[in-house]
Parts: sequence; structure tokens; C-alpha cells
Amino acid sequence: MENPLSAPLIFFASIFTNNILLANFLGMCSFLAISREIPSAVGLGLAVTFVMTCTTALNYLVYHYLLVPFQLVHFRFIAFIVVIAAFVQLVEMVIDRYSPRLYVVLGVFLPLITVNCAILGVCLFMVIRQYNFVQSVAYGFGGGLGWLLAIVALAGIREKLKKAPIPKALEGPGISLIVAGLMALSFMAFSGMISMG
Amino acid sequence: MMTLVLGLLSISGLCAVLALLLEAAYAVFADYGPCRITINEGAKEFTVKGGGRLLGTLMDQGVFIPSACGGRGSCGLCKVTVLQGGGPILPTETPYMNDEELRRGTRLSCQVRLRGDVQLQIPEAFFLIKEFRTQVVGLKPLTPSIKEVHLKLIEPQEIVFKPGQFIQFQVPEYEGSSEPVYRAYSIASPASLKTEIKLVITRVERGIATTYIHDFLKEGDEVLINGPYGDFYLRHSNRPMVMIGTGSGLAPLLSILFQMADEHIDRPCTLYFGVRSRQDLFYQEEIHQLMGMLPRLRYVPVLSQPLAEDHWDGETGYVTDAVARGVSDGSQLEAYLCGNPLMINAAVKLLTERGVSEDRIFFDKFG
Ligand SMILES: Cc1cc2nc3c(=O)[nH]c(=O)nc-3n(C[C@H](O)[C@H](O)[C@H](O)COP(=O)(O)OP(=O)(O)OC[C@H]3O[C@@H](n4cnc5c(N)ncnc54)[C@H](O)[C@@H]3O)c2cc1C
Ligand code: FES
Repeated sequence: MENPLSAPLIFFASIFTNNILLANFLGMCSFLAISREIPSAVGLGLAVTFVMTCTTALNYLVYHYLLVPFQLVHFRFIAFIVVIAAFVQLVEMVIDRYSPRLYVVLGVFLPLITVNCAILGVCLFMVIRQYNFVQSVAYGFGGGLGWLLAIVALAGIREKLKKAPIPKALEGPGISLIVAGLMALSFMAFSGMISMG
Repeated sequence: MMTLVLGLLSISGLCAVLALLLEAAYAVFADYGPCRITINEGAKEFTVKGGGRLLGTLMDQGVFIPSACGGRGSCGLCKVTVLQGGGPILPTETPYMNDEELRRGTRLSCQVRLRGDVQLQIPEAFFLIKEFRTQVVGLKPLTPSIKEVHLKLIEPQEIVFKPGQFIQFQVPEYEGSSEPVYRAYSIASPASLKTEIKLVITRVERGIATTYIHDFLKEGDEVLINGPYGDFYLRHSNRPMVMIGTGSGLAPLLSILFQMADEHIDRPCTLYFGVRSRQDLFYQEEIHQLMGMLPRLRYVPVLSQPLAEDHWDGETGYVTDAVARGVSDGSQLEAYLCGNPLMINAAVKLLTERGVSEDRIFFDKFG
């Protein structure tokens, strides 16, 4: 049975009401690591959005046209991860070619997108919630933009925090985690609006 | 069973398709086409395949830029001025540049990826740096952890260098490294000996180059080196000198002392040599021979951890402790330091406190 939510609704819901990062807490490691400055956060956010959109589309096809017909759905974890890994390599090549500065800033974190659980999470949710192709792509794209929104917001706050008098013991990761928690709390206000299943 | 086979086949098929796609993408995205490199307004020009790092690409063309870290962006030696092309300066480079260099377009050549035509300005002296094919004619343990590597030049047959300078030693691919790497080693032999050089190499735990040199290199092997590099060499003046070396840091100091003997440069000079225990003192014969030729050379070995069987009654402690005891007024001194960065930092601090002006302290950090 298909999911009754419309694609645009899924798109907006995955950005605001069901933000993959702030509602599901997926993709936290790079969220905390690369959110010191807005430009690199935007870069990583865009890269994640791109990978998420494309990999949900690709993984949808892999799932429905390879794994389901051959009754191999239990291989979905491996299959999804392989597709994501290949895609990240592609993105790495493209960034290296067209934005060397971003390439250096993202550095070791680019390959980390491969193990960014938000991306695998989106692919698995797409299966569990029985989205069709258009819904899946809308969900992937929205999920990516949601992640971008969250990381840029955190980067903005952290840039401001640089000048704030923070207790010594909370500097760095400590205060970032607290801020991330407060952001999640505020996003919780949206959470009852749409139930994504 | 069938499911398992099917599963394996499908996943393998999927991986194969993705691998092919990646290969195709690589061919498209990593192809920067031919790039033109112009050096010093046309003094040298060549067209090369784009995509590589500038340092390596120039080296392939026979233009050697000094580098001590082998292109890892950690020594800051491989500077060139990029007049045109080269893309924006990267965050990995800026820590090594001052404002003036940033303004002029100085870059670390090991960090610049060749993505199009570039115009470079490099010191003429770099054109003198060459690659030499050499053969190992002697390998001699000097202490439990230090080996002397004796190389005879094959092609070109002679090297001209200033005593104190270093060469880059190419370690080929071997089981400890999947690609050739370069490491800097100071020349220990006299510059008057043009057809061969000696290096003094300390083993570094799990070090790529030193493990190769200590465990794999054999007599008769061919070795590629390039050089000479560096501005650590004897300055001509009449000032009394103090030389401080630790471990293999003795190498360039010895080469400088040989030069003083060869050229009859009779300046007061105190050589402090710091090691752990008596077994780590090497080249003692050479030093005594030099003392015979240089009447005003004084030698102070310093042991930091002498063993009971050493029966040591000489200087003990860190080498800088001995220097602190020996040098009270440094206002006339010229200092030559070589060894590990910690010693050098401590020695520079001490010497400046004793009145040696910073522009008269020369050093090579083996970091
Ligand atoms: C100008 C210059 C001249 C030099 N001349 C000499 C010389 O005459 N004789 C000589 O023996 N060396 C000399 N060195 C040092 C040499 O170039 C290498 O750095 C050193 O031999 C280690 O290389 P590796 O490939 O074995 O270790 P790597 O594979 O580069 O390093 C392996 C690990 O060991 C650490 N490490 C590297 N070097 C040291 C060290 N010295 N002590 C402790 N840990 C270390 C690294 O951080 C790393 O974790 C010189 C360096 C410079 C810059
Ligand atoms: S070679 Fe060391 S910084 Fe470039």
C-alpha cells in the first residue's frame, strides 16, 4: 500500500516538521564537526543534499527493480551503502575539480558523508514508509535541505558564540551539543503537524 | 542456497556497474588536459599533463624545488611564486606565508594542483638542483640506531654543494610504502669529495624512509637522490663559532668542519655534541682528526643518560645545559645548530638570551 502523503507535503515536512537531524538525530557527527563556520557548513550541507537526493532516487530503483524482484530485500543495507559510497566518491571528484577550496575545507569529512547515517536513514525510511519514486525523491531532497538548514543554523549560532562568554568547561563540543539540543527542542514545536509514519 | 548465490551475484553486479561508472567519471573529471608551465618569463617552458601537484610535476620535468617533508605540506620549504594560474591559496598554505608573500602570490608547490596554465617565478639557484643516480657502496652502523650510508654518484658523476646542505633521498615503493617518498638528509662528507657523499641516518620507529634504509637497503643498490638544497652553510666572517648537534645532526656540522680544514679557515669553534650514552657517540676519530687540523676547535661531548659502564666524567645533561655552562657572553658569536626541533628551539632561546643576535644563528631542524 502506498503512502497517502503528497510529495510536496513530504518535501516540506522533511525540512521542517520532521527534520532528519533534529527530529531523528541522524547525521550528528559531521553536524557537530563541520559547523564552526557558515561557508563550510553550507558546502557540506549542499553536498549532503545532493548525495541524499541522488541516492534516494538510485536506491529506490535498486530496491524496486533489483532487490524486490529477486527477493533480496534483506541485502538492502549492503546495496544502499555501496550506492551511497560510490556516489560520495563522485561528489568528491566533482568538488575537487570545481571548488578546490571547499575540497580542502571539507577534507577528511567528505568521505564521511558515506557513513553519514542520515543518508542511509532516509533511504531506509523511504522503504519502510512505502513511498513511490516521486515521494522518495521529494523526501530525499527535503531531507537534505533540512539537514542543510540545521547545520547552517548551528554554524551561525556557533559563529556568534565565538564572542560569547562561555564557561571554560563548556567550550567547544559541550556548548555545541547544548545548542543542538535547544534547536531540537524548538523544532519539536512543529512535530505534531504532520505524521510521516 | 539459490538466494545466496543470487544475492552475491546481484551485489557483485551492482558493485561492478558502480565501479565502471566511477572510472568513467574519473576519466572526465580528473582530466585537466595539457597544461603549460612557464618559468621565469620563459627561461623554461613545458607542456605537461594536468591534474598533478606542481611540486611533483616540476620534478618530473627536471626542475627540483626544495622540500623536506616530501610534499606533505608540513615543512613550508617548497615555496614558488605563482604569477598566474594556480587557483586560490589554500588554508593548508597560509600558515607558512607572511603578508608580503601572500601579496606576491607565493605558494607551496606541493599543495597547488595543476588545473590549467601557470606562470611561475623561482630563484635561478633552483635550476642547479639536479637528480643523481647513485649506488650504495657502503652501509655502516655507527651506533645501535644510526647508520652511515655511503653513496657513489653514477650520473651525473659530480655534485657541487655547500657543506651543511642536504639532499632528498628517494625511497622507492616497498612493503612499507605504496608509493615512492622523499626525505631530506644532510650531507656528512666534505664538499671537496665531489664524486661521493655520506649520509648519517637515524632510525625512526615505524618511519617510512628510515625503516627502508635500515632494514632493506643493501650495498650495490641504486638510489635516486636530488639536491643540493638548503641555506644552512658556513657564513664567511671572523667570528668565533659555536656548533651544537644532537644525534645525526652532527652530519652537516662535520661537513662544515671538513670545509674549514680544507680551506684553512682558522676560527675559534666549539662543537657541542649531545647524545644519550657513550655508545651513541660516533665519528669520534673524524672529530679528533679535525681537531688536529683545526687548532682552535674545541670538542664537548655531552651525555644525557650516561650508563654505569660508561665511566663518564665529561659533561652530562641536555646539550643545551652544557652550552649554558660554557657560553656566558654571546655577543660576538655565530651559531650553527642541527638536530631535533626541541633542542633547536631550546638552543635558540638560550643563545639569544646570552646575546647572540638572531641573524647569526643558523639551523636545520630535522622535524
Ligand atoms: C633539512 C633536513 C635535514 C635532515 N637531515 C637528516 C639527517 O641528516 N639524518 C637523519 O636521520 N634525518 C634527517 N632529517 C629527518 C628526515 O628527513 C626524516 O624526517 C626522518 O628520517 C624520518 O623519516 P621517515 O620516513 O623514516 O619517518 P616518517 O614516515 O616520515 O615518520 C613516521 C613517524 O615518526 C615520526 N617522526 C618523524 N621523524 C621523527 C624524528 N626525527 N623523531 C621522532 N619521531 C619522528 C613522524 O611524526 C611519524 O609519526 C632531516 C630533515 C630535514 C628537514
Ligand atoms: S614539500 Fe614540505 S611543505 Fe611542500
